[in-house]
Amino acid sequence: MTLLDIYEPGETPLPHAGDSDRAAVGIDLGTTNSLVAISTDGRPEILRDALGDGIVPSVVAYLDGEDEPVVGRVATRILEAEPDRVVASVKRLMGRGTGDVASLGGQLAQKIHKPGAGGMVKLDVCGRIVSPVEVSAEILRTLKQRAEWVLGKTVDQAVITVPAYFDDAARTATRDAARLAGLEVLRLVNEPTAAALAYGLDRAAEGLYAVYDLGGGTFDISLLKLEKGVFQVLATGGDAALGGDDFDRLLAQALIDERGDAIAASDVKPVLAVARRAKEALTDTEATTVDLDFGGKATRHEMTRARFDALIAPLVARTIEACRAVLTDAAVEAPALAGVVLVGGSTRVPLVRAEVAGLFGREPLADIDPDEVVALGAALQAEALTRGSDTLLLDVVPLSLGLETMGGLVEKVIPRNTPIPVSRAQDFTTYQDGQTAMAIHVVQGEREMVEQNRSLARFVLAGIPAMVAGAARIRVTFTVDADGLLTVTAKEALTGTEAHVEVKPSYGLSDEEMAAMLQASFENARADVTVRLLAEARVDGRRLMLALDSALAVDGDLLSEDERIALENAKLGLEEAMATDDREAVVAATEALEAVGRPFAERRMDRNIRSALSGVEVSRLETRLQAG
Amino acid sequence: MSVSVTPPVSCTSCGGQIQDAICGGCKSLQPPGVIDHFARLGLSRTFAIDLAALERAYFQAQRRFHPDRFAGRGAKEKTFSLQHATLINEAYETLRDPLARARYLLDLEGRPLPGGDGRTIADPALLMEAMEWREALEEAAEPAELRALAARVQADTAALEARLGDAFAAHDLGRATNEALRLSYLTKLGAELRRKLLPGQAVP
Repeated sequence: MTLLDIYEPGETPLPHAGDSDRAAVGIDLGTTNSLVAISTDGRPEILRDALGDGIVPSVVAYLDGEDEPVVGRVATRILEAEPDRVVASVKRLMGRGTGDVASLGGQLAQKIHKPGAGGMVKLDVCGRIVSPVEVSAEILRTLKQRAEWVLGKTVDQAVITVPAYFDDAARTATRDAARLAGLEVLRLVNEPTAAALAYGLDRAAEGLYAVYDLGGGTFDISLLKLEKGVFQVLATGGDAALGGDDFDRLLAQALIDERGDAIAASDVKPVLAVARRAKEALTDTEATTVDLDFGGKATRHEMTRARFDALIAPLVARTIEACRAVLTDAAVEAPALAGVVLVGGSTRVPLVRAEVAGLFGREPLADIDPDEVVALGAALQAEALTRGSDTLLLDVVPLSLGLETMGGLVEKVIPRNTPIPVSRAQDFTTYQDGQTAMAIHVVQGEREMVEQNRSLARFVLAGIPAMVAGAARIRVTFTVDADGLLTVTAKEALTGTEAHVEVKPSYGLSDEEMAAMLQASFENARADVTVRLLAEARVDGRRLMLALDSALAVDGDLLSEDERIALENAKLGLEEAMATDDREAVVAATEALEAVGRPFAERRMDRNIRSALSGVEVSRLETRLQAG
Repeated sequence: MSVSVTPPVSCTSCGGQIQDAICGGCKSLQPPGVIDHFARLGLSRTFAIDLAALERAYFQAQRRFHPDRFAGRGAKEKTFSLQHATLINEAYETLRDPLARARYLLDLEGRPLPGGDGRTIADPALLMEAMEWREALEEAAEPAELRALAARVQADTAALEARLGDAFAAHDLGRATNEALRLSYLTKLGAELRRKLLPGQAVP
């Protein structure tokens, strides 16, 4: 060990950076999918599971009788069988109060716990009450475990990306989720900025770039200036509640309208999943067929790309409007750009590409996988923060921050697109003789009236000495740090009376809630991985049994009496195994049941094919096969 | 670039004498000193600045002090770097906008611009000009007329900035105040014009 290592300022490695058994990762915590990546010597790569799959769907299933929820692909599979137990797209609820949920309307497939109670939204998942922060923490925990499994190191530091347009409450909620998952957040980085980082370093790009980021649930447009390793955000805009999920919803609604019947709440999620597959199919084909089977009725529908385009056109137009506004904000004309970068899975939709190309007058860049580019950028930043780097990110406040003044008006203290970190003070005074306290209401948004903006926090500065109206001088200071997180302090000049608030009480977790959750997660720390593997094995077993039961109900006549008994016995064996905590036993019993059931499955398939073919002319069969 | 910390102080970490924002002895970051925006970015105190040079100085300063550079340091240095970066941003934001720069220079001279928001106009000549502009804005309705007016505002703004540069260079603070007031009015007019050109869009 060398005692006299001298480092250039700011380049001192972290205390642990030299340790080979620890690593800092980059995480893209998405609405639909999440990814984790690591960068070594400026080369970022996605961390994949044993099958080479880099994506962890942002889906969490809470199963009956299981303490540990199930996350990712396995949870996605549960969605069709037990939609009530599955939480998807939870990112849309991050930092939301119960009051905000009304505006999301029927878009949520999940039950909200006691709406109207105020404070943070909580979900009621079959009687289990969970907050969006806890659900997100489960996803982050899974990503952390994946990274530790792949790297064989402890992973306890991360750069996590958030939509540039996330407000302060949503950023705070994201930070809380990471803390709950046992991750120290090195920095919250805006998704478009992370994408630009991945592109910029990849192509040694210079000049002005627009990053159009349309994910599952959020839309961001950012304008950046890239110059000699500096990534300077000039302006940002977007819509924190607009994404590919909305395309699915419109498509599903059109199909349901076509059927002409009502849909039960429990059928919504499976139908959305079908709509999503149809949307994906329409990326490469002009038309696709969609089969719906719910409410005891199976229907088949044709969906053409033209019709899909017409459905989503108003939403795409909204994103294009936001792009124009950002260009205006930055006083930049589209031809002055050096390039347009596409980020997010929803930018695969051909109409989106065409409209973006039309607005900016050039073909957008999409040569880095739009699903992976954000995580890759986050990994680069994680490396920069722990090992040092020549690049520098200079980001901005996405939405103006201000205070409520007399008459419900908003006084902006920090206008949007101000570079961060930033600190601004504004002086206020009392308006009544002898006034000894002042209520301070912090809001975020661009509108003139308080009620049209996002309320972030309220607090009271008490202990102002009694004076005539207008004599007291109260200085309110807004400070936004490099993560984009806001702190507000208020101080009376004469006496030095002070009050301050880290803006979290309305929508983030209170310190007591956080402490209680952390305590709980320590108590549950018993071999997390083992528990999760057991839960996943049980899920697979349960799925197989459910599938078998419904197959027996329909095609039970295909089995001889002996075969039926053998099948029942194998099923009993699985049920017994599932009652234990022995994962090996569950897996073995599941495999045994699958083996016994295989001839039955084959006979069912034959029968289905015959019935599908009967009465179909050969020419029609061909078109059907092509369309499928 | 050198950021001077006001008179010789001792390092907050090792106690040694320091000349720079980063201690020459133990290499630890010091709290930001009380210096003006120009000095913070290593620029000379004048109105006529080269925007490209300003940007270079800004990037250079942030490269040195931004919290991303101190992510691995102790809490004290992290706080100092946050303070440095905040002040560097404030300096950049103030100096890159001609009106804010003029106002700041007048503040430094102890002659703050009266009626800061450009609503009150005392000078009769400027009042006449303002009324003419206002009339032109109200009469312009067609997009072509509005665009022609916007071009005029832009040209006048550029000319004003040149005159402001001269006034500050000659240390003629009376003239500088007058031209700054004119610029403040023109800036407000430009914003209204943009709002009229782009209905339905928020203008900062």
